[in-house]
Parts: sequence; structure tokens; C-alpha cells
Amino acid sequence: MSATPPDKQPDADAAQEQVLGVTGVRQAGGGLASAPVAGAAGRRPVRRSARHGVADQVRGARWWRELGWRHAVGIVAVVYALVPVLYLFSASVNPVGSIATTELVPRDFSLVWFSELGNNPQRPFYRWLANTVTVAAVVVVVQIFFSTLAAFAFSRLRFKGRRPGLLSLLLIQMFPQVLATVALFRIFSAVGQVVPAFGLDTLAGYILVMLGASLGQVWLIKGAFDSIPRELDEAAKIDGAGHAGLFFRILLPLLRPVLVVTGLLVFVSVIAEFMLASIFLRSTDVKTVSVGMYGVLLGDMSNNLGWFAAASVVVALPVILLFQYLQRYIVGGITAGSVKG
Amino acid sequence: MTITDKLRTPTDGPPARRRRPPASTGVYVVKVVGLTLIAATLVSVLPTVVATGQWGFLAVFVAVAALLVAVYSTRRAVPAKYLVPGVTMLLLFLVYPIMLTFQLSTTNYGDGTRSSRSEAITRIVGTSAVQVPGGAVYSLVVGTQGTPTAGPFAFFLVDTQTDQVFRGTQTELTELGPSEVTVADGTVAAADGWTMLTRQQVNAISGADQPLDGFTVPAGDNAVIKVQGFQAITMRTPLVYDKKADTITNTDTGAVYHPERSSSGDRSFFVDADGNRLSNQSWGENVGAFNYERIFTDSRITGPFLSIFLWTVVFATASVGLTFFLGLGLAVVLNDPRLRFQRFYRSALVLPYAIPGFISLMVWSGFWNQRFGLVNQMLGLDVNWLGQTWSARVAVILTNLWMGFPYMFLVCTGALQSIPSELKEAAAIDGASGFTQFRKITFPLLLVSVAPLLVAAFAFNFNNFNAIQLLTRGGPFSSDNPTAGGTDILISYTYRLAFGTGGQQIGFASAVSVVLFVLTGAIAAVQFRATRFLEDVN
Repeated sequence: MSATPPDKQPDADAAQEQVLGVTGVRQAGGGLASAPVAGAAGRRPVRRSARHGVADQVRGARWWRELGWRHAVGIVAVVYALVPVLYLFSASVNPVGSIATTELVPRDFSLVWFSELGNNPQRPFYRWLANTVTVAAVVVVVQIFFSTLAAFAFSRLRFKGRRPGLLSLLLIQMFPQVLATVALFRIFSAVGQVVPAFGLDTLAGYILVMLGASLGQVWLIKGAFDSIPRELDEAAKIDGAGHAGLFFRILLPLLRPVLVVTGLLVFVSVIAEFMLASIFLRSTDVKTVSVGMYGVLLGDMSNNLGWFAAASVVVALPVILLFQYLQRYIVGGITAGSVKG
Repeated sequence: MTITDKLRTPTDGPPARRRRPPASTGVYVVKVVGLTLIAATLVSVLPTVVATGQWGFLAVFVAVAALLVAVYSTRRAVPAKYLVPGVTMLLLFLVYPIMLTFQLSTTNYGDGTRSSRSEAITRIVGTSAVQVPGGAVYSLVVGTQGTPTAGPFAFFLVDTQTDQVFRGTQTELTELGPSEVTVADGTVAAADGWTMLTRQQVNAISGADQPLDGFTVPAGDNAVIKVQGFQAITMRTPLVYDKKADTITNTDTGAVYHPERSSSGDRSFFVDADGNRLSNQSWGENVGAFNYERIFTDSRITGPFLSIFLWTVVFATASVGLTFFLGLGLAVVLNDPRLRFQRFYRSALVLPYAIPGFISLMVWSGFWNQRFGLVNQMLGLDVNWLGQTWSARVAVILTNLWMGFPYMFLVCTGALQSIPSELKEAAAIDGASGFTQFRKITFPLLLVSVAPLLVAAFAFNFNNFNAIQLLTRGGPFSSDNPTAGGTDILISYTYRLAFGTGGQQIGFASAVSVVLFVLTGAIAAVQFRATRFLEDVN
């Protein structure tokens, strides 16, 4: 931290990074995103080593006063967080599959709903899942790549209109695409006349719509770029690297952890996107899981719960595992790989 | 000044020119492939563009292609090389739709006004037609010169009384001689250059908006020949549209109708001199600022709009405030480095965030069910949560608390860990208690870094469509206002206006969208100013 300019707050850099979460939030289904960045915490990878040993020395009333109550709060919070998850799991293994018979702790255990997922051609769950993964994969790759390109320009290059550009990006990103649905609908019915493969009711068209948010992660990734010292650029230039070499060979590898976490957050938000999909994707074959599952549950709210819950488990489980796997980055911030100034 | 700063300054100016190595073959290949793709796409879409008349599409495509070539074929404009891909997508699929939304907001587009003016006139005239008493009745066969689905089509008619044979298109009726057609059993069986359609094929193209929908053959003296079952009959309308005067005249009664905007609404109708409507058929047209005036002056709109706006603000504020304080509290409590199972707590608390939002919301909407819902069961209550406005609002906020607190927990945990412990230690040496340390040092520092995220979270929740739509769909609704529900926020209200079942008002919904956009931007700007975030942007 010795190079930190003295006129800044010690954590101002961290603050700057967190700021970049801004646009990410808009994207995320549940209303969070950018957590990774927020965890600029990684700057001080100190604490972990101090943890064990100390705890063993605290016992009895003092333990309760200093640590025990924290566990109590933690347990209550975990219960609060997990009850709905447990309910979902319980519903997915309840062979009756109705709301009335589902309880928090499953009484019966059956995987009938899971096997049912692939059996009903009226609700081709795995088809929907494949559609969703396709859309999410394309959107994640393109959005992250385009955002990173632009973030590089905003962070490393100097050009006219840079600051206004950044600020107008912030403003434009605040416009929820949902509000322009009618306009998008009209645009894509026209596109569909010329290129049917990209019209309404096609996955390709829906992907294009989602790519309207191609610059959604610029703020967040720019923060990560800003945290990489410019000495590196200079060194690369002296070694004869052009702007492309600098970008692709030097900086991009350093950003990998940020990009992975950002990508994960975009991935989750695309999976959860419901509203535009419900307008654009009408045929059974092109639906995504959110629209498809919504339709099934709405069709018979009280009796399709088992099917819905099983489908939810299949959709959510990989995401949960990814979150756990990447938790180090998400909570601890961007530590690995990046060079700190 | 530190080393970093010294090194940083020179790069802020234009980089010094230096000789660059020649472009690698990889770059060359990418460029060639790119150009080929553009050319190939252009060639393949051109015929369709010509056929459908979507010249706008072609213009946009060519403009984008030209931009790409201009930016990537030279070595200049380096920033543009990095900005063009994302900015292009942004312009095409976000900015342009926003502009189109603004344009729609100055029209009355919606249910009942989807047709153009000329279509509306044709329909008004067409629906007024009645069968001519004693007029000819024809047996009907539909023929095509092209495909059975696209046409061009013609009616092959045999007068059931005189056995005269005609071919009728939408522009003319031609009598055919015996050499031109084969007639069998009183219907046309074949004609040179034409393929006759089967009844199934005819049915397939007779639905609404299909080629045969509204297919009429002019038969002179204001009369037309129209399909009636499997026959065709002669119909006549007394109405004549005069293009020059833009009036419709009823030739039987002599009444003249002119288009006039109804005094209270956004629609025009043909009315006579006394203001009586000829038909309830209206059409799409420009209405200027009418939709905006309506939001702010029409008491039926202004009342609900204001209360929905207030609730939107309350909802967003409560969502952000509660999630932040719960997340912050948990972060502070669980941040003690001596705490065991810290990793477990964090893993578990992140779960609500990892589950895709639409799933959580739909599960929660079941939890609030009065009879089977988990909430009533666990708390031993019998509340009809989503049935009453205020309890539904509480339910929505509590659900959103569950959805959002893990994010705030993560953000606050990260921010807490980035606050140097030296500061706290110094405060402790000065005799500050734990709570004072938190209040005077930790919290203000944390707020500096988290405030912009709170602003963004506010903007997100201000337009959190999913939270409302998937939980309550805006309900509960009172009987006197079926368009504005108790938990509606502006965006879900707008959605219902545009896509609801009770008559879509797309022009008006677009105006609300624009107002909503301006509101979101203004609120965010004020908040950013308050947090001084924008000043630090560099």
C-alpha cells in the first residue's frame, strides 16, 4: 500500500472498485451483483492466519459475550436464509407434489418429479434448460467481452468524450429494457421479415435483445482495470506491445478472476430474466426455463408444485455450486492474479 | 507525490508515436473473414429486403458494416476499436428502442387503434356492406398463380343462375369464355395458368390477417363480391369515401361524415355534422403531448399514478434500507476473525442470492397463501396476506428483504474487511468503546464505499418488475380501479397498461415509460450528487 497517494482515503481505491457494482446491480435478478468487486477486501489478505488458536483461548461467559452470541445470530440468520430453500427441496421430493401436502421437512422421499421432468412433451424441461444455457452462455461471453473492451478504452485510453461517455452509460443503463418492450417487439417483427432466424419467437432474436446490455459490466470491469498499475502498461509498451498486445496478452489474464465472477453474476441474471422472455418466446420449443416453469406453475398452482420444485432444484443446484466454488472471489474480492499498486 | 503518480501522468497525454510491427496474420485473417461475412450477409438478405420493403433494416445494416470497416481497417481511432462493438449493440437494442418508445408515446397506438387510417376507412366501408337484394350468387373456387399460401389469388366464380363464369381479383372482375376454363358440376375445375385450391387450403388462408381475410372483388356501382361460406355473394355499401375532402358520404341518406378527435380521448372517429359517429372504428395517429397531459391532468389517472409513485418510492426505500441494515448487521456480527464456521455462515447466507430470482419469488408467492402458506403455518396465523393492500405490501417488502439481504451482506463484509484495522486500534487506544468505534469510524468509512451501491440498488428496486409481477402481479385490485393494484409499482402498472387484458394502451404506456425513465434518472442523479460519487469519476 506504500504507493497509495496520501491525498486519498486509505480505502478510496476499494471504494472506487465497489462503485463499479452499479450497473451490475441492475442486471442481477435478485438485486445484487458486483459483490465480488465490493469485496475489495482482498486487499488485506491478512486475517485468516490470525483466526485459529485465538478462539481456543476464549471460554465460558467471556466466550458467550464475545463469540457465542454471534453464533446465535448467525444460526438464526442461516435458518431464515435456508427455510425457503428447504421448502423447495422438500416439495421436490414430495411424491404428491401439491401445496397442501408439502411440509418443511419431507415426510416421503421420492424422485418421481425428477424423472417426470424429461417425460412430458407438453413441458419439455430439458429443452428449456438447453435453451436457457445457450442464451446465457452467448450473452455472458459477448457481454463480458464487449464490456471488457470498452472498459479498457475508458480506463487506459484518453479520448474526447470519455467522461461524458462514462456518465451517459450510467444513465442509459438505468433505463429498464422492459419499458421498451413494445418498441423491441416492433423492431424484431420487422427484423423477422427480413431474417426469420432472428425474428420474434426465436432464441437468436431474444439473445440480440439481451445484448442491448452489452456494456452492462463496463463500470465494474473498469474498476478492476483501474486497480492494475500503469507501470505494467509502460513496461509492456517498452517491450514493443501495441494496444492489442497490451490488452489481450498482459491485462486480460490479470483480470480473469474478476471476469469469472462478473460472468457468473450475468449468468444468473440471464437465467432469471423473465419479462422479455415472456413477451418474445411464445412457442413451447423456444422457451427458457423462467417462462416455461412460470407457465407450468401458473397452469395449476396447487398441483404442479412438485414438478416446479424439482425443476427449480435442477436449475439452481449448479448455480449454487458455482457460487460456493467461487465464493473466495465473491466474498474475498479480487485477490488472485491481480497486481496491487 | 508518489512514484505511481509520476508514472501515471505521461500516459494521460497522447501516446508518443513509435513504429509498430506489421499486423500479424491472425489479425489479417480475422479482417478478411469479417469482410466476407458482411458481404455474404448483405447478398443473402438483399432479395428479402426488396420483397418486404424493409429498407430501414438495410440502411442500418449497411451503416453498421461501414462503421466496422472504417474502424478496423485503419490503424487510427484506437479507442473506437474497443468501443464500437458494445456501443453498436447498445445503440441498436437499447438506445434505439428508447427513442422508439418516446416516439410511440406521442401516438395513440393500442387496442382499437392498431390499423392505419386507410385500413380503418376500408373496414368502415366494408362492414357497412349488405347483400344486394336479388343480387347474383356465385359458386366459388379459389385459384392461385403462385403457392397455395402466398398467392397471388383470384376467385373463380360461376353465377348460380346464369352460369356465367368470372375471374375476380381484388382490383377487377373479368368474364371468362368457355375456352379459358373448365367447369364441372357448376364450379370451375381448372383454368390455364392457375392452380385451384382445396377447401382445406382455403381454410388455412382464411383466418384473421391471412391473405383471404377481407378479400373482395369490385363489382361496379359500389358493389363488391365477398365470400359467404363456400359461395360468393354480391354486396353493396351506401358509403363512399372521398379522398380529396377526406369525408365519407352515405349515398342513400346524403349524410357526410368527417374525421374528428373525440373531445375527451385520444381517438378520432368519422362523425356527421351533429357529432354522431358513423362507426366506432378508430385508427392510429399522432396525438402530440396528449398522453403526457393525461398523466398529469386526468384525475382518473393522476390519482392512481401519484399513489403508485409514492408506493414505488416507499417500496424501493424500504427494500434498500432493510436489506442494507440486515446485511450490515450480519456482516458486522459475523466478521469477527476469531469466529469459527465463518465460511459455513457465509456459504449459507449466500444461498438466497444463488437461487435464480424467479424461482424464489414464485416459491414465496406460495408462502403467503392464506390456507397452505408456510408463513401462516409457521406463525400460527390466518392472515390473507396477498388479499389486502397493506398486508400485501408488507409481504412484498419482507420477500424482497429475503431476496436482497445476502447481497448487502456480501458487500458489507467486503467493505468491512477493507477498512484498515489500524484505525480501529487507534480509536480503541483513545478509549472509544466498540459501539462508538463502529458509529464514528467503521460506519462512515463503510458508507463511503457502499453508498453508490445503495443508489444502484435503489434504482434497481425502483424498477424491480419481477418482484411485483411474480409475487402479486400488482394485486390486490379494488373493484373500482382494475388497472391499478395495491402493490403495483410504476413499472408493473406500465406493463399492465401496455400488455394487460383490459385493452392495451401502448401509446399511453410508452408515455408513462418515458416519465418513469426520467424519474429514475433524476432520483439517481440526486442521490449520486449527495454521495459525491460522480465527482470521483475519472
